[in-house]
Amino acid sequence: MNPKRKQRLMIVLFIVFGVGIAVGLTMYALSQNINLFYSPTQIAEGEAPEKARIRAGGMVVEGSVKRDPESLRVSFALTDYQETVDVEYTGILPDLFREGQGIVAQGSLDNRGVFQAVEVLAKHDENYMPPEVADALEKSGQMPMPSAEEFNK
Amino acid sequence: MSGQKKWMPRWFYQLASPRWCYDITGKLLPGFVIAALLLLGVGTVWALLFAPADYQQGNSFRIIYIHVPAAILAQSCYMMMAVAGAIGLIWKMKVADMVAKSCAPIGVSVALLALATGAIWGKPTWGSWWVWDARLTSMLILLFLYLGVIALHSAIENEVTAAQSAAVLSLVGLVNIPIIKYSVEWWNTLHQPATFTLTERPAMPAEMWVPLLVMVIGFYCFFAVSLMLRIRNEILHRERRAGWVRQMIGGE
Repeated sequence: MNPKRKQRLMIVLFIVFGVGIAVGLTMYALSQNINLFYSPTQIAEGEAPEKARIRAGGMVVEGSVKRDPESLRVSFALTDYQETVDVEYTGILPDLFREGQGIVAQGSLDNRGVFQAVEVLAKHDENYMPPEVADALEKSGQMPMPSAEEFNK
Repeated sequence: MSGQKKWMPRWFYQLASPRWCYDITGKLLPGFVIAALLLLGVGTVWALLFAPADYQQGNSFRIIYIHVPAAILAQSCYMMMAVAGAIGLIWKMKVADMVAKSCAPIGVSVALLALATGAIWGKPTWGSWWVWDARLTSMLILLFLYLGVIALHSAIENEVTAAQSAAVLSLVGLVNIPIIKYSVEWWNTLHQPATFTLTERPAMPAEMWVPLLVMVIGFYCFFAVSLMLRIRNEILHRERRAGWVRQMIGGE
C-alpha cells in the first residue's frame, strides 16, 4: 500500500474511532436521560424527581387491576419484581393492556406516592406465537415473562 | 498500479473499471430481478395468508414482515454506503464513489418505510404513533444522515468534492449503526428487543420466522437490483464521453 493511501486510511480510521469514542462517552454520561422511563425500583429509591412529569415502566401485577364501574378510572400496581408502584389512570387503555403485561405510563407522583398517569402505553416483548402455542405454554406454566432486567437497564 | 505489490484481490481492482463494472452488473441483474420477484411474492403471500396470527396482537403483527426487513436493510445499506465512501476516499476509486452515491436514495426510502410501518404498528399495539425512545430516535437520525448525504451530493457541483464530503459525513454517521442495534439493550425503551439474533434461536416459532427470513432476503435482492440499476445509470452518465459508452449508445 503506498504511503498516500496509508495516510488516508489512517484518517478514515481516526474519524470512525474518534467519533465512536466521543459519542460513546457522551451517551454514557447522558444514559439516565436517554432511558425512556424510570423503573419501580428507581422510583422507590427516590431517584425519580417528585411532582415532575416522568415515565414509569414495569409489569402490571397479576390481580392488581381495579376498574371503577362508574367511570374510566382504573388503578393497578406496576412492578419490576423488586419494588412496586401504585398507578391511577383515567382514560382508555391500549388493547394490549392486561395483567402480566409490560407498560410505560407517563405522569407524576402525588403526595401519597401514587403515580397519577395521564398516558399509558403497552410495551410488548419480543416473543411472538400463535394462540394455540400461547394456550399450551399458559397451561404448562412456561409462558415467557418479561424479566426484571427488561425494566432496569 | 503497475510495478507495485497488489494489496487487494484482483476483482477489487477490476471493480475500479467502470466498463467492467457495467458489464458485470448487466450479467448479474436478471438473476437478482427473478430472485427478488420470487422471494418478495412468495414471502408476502406466505406472511399475509399462511403465517399464524400472534396470540396478543392478532393480525396487526403481520406488519413485522415489512417493518423488520426494511429496518435491517436501512442499516445494511448505510454500512455499504460508508464502506464504499471510505474506499473512494482511500483508493480514489470512481466506481466506489458511484456506489456510495447510489446507496443514499435507496437507504432513505427503506429508512422511511421502516419508520412509517413502525408508526402504523405502534398506534394499535403501544397506543402511540411515536415515542422519543432510544430506538426510534436513533432510527430517525439515520434518516436524517441519509438526507444529509443526498443534500451534499446535490449541493456540490464537482463530483469528486461531493463524493469526498458525502463519504466523510457517512463515516461520521457510522457510529449511529451500533447505537440503533444496541439501543434496546443499553437503555429502557418502549421498543421491544430483537426477535432475530445471530446467536440465539428466534423468539418466534418457525412458521412465523421462515416467511420473515424470506422477506429479508427478498428485500436484499431488491436492494441489489435497484443499486445495480442506479450504478449503471451513474456509470453511463459520468462516462458519457468515453469511447465505449459512445460506441454502445451510437452503435446499437
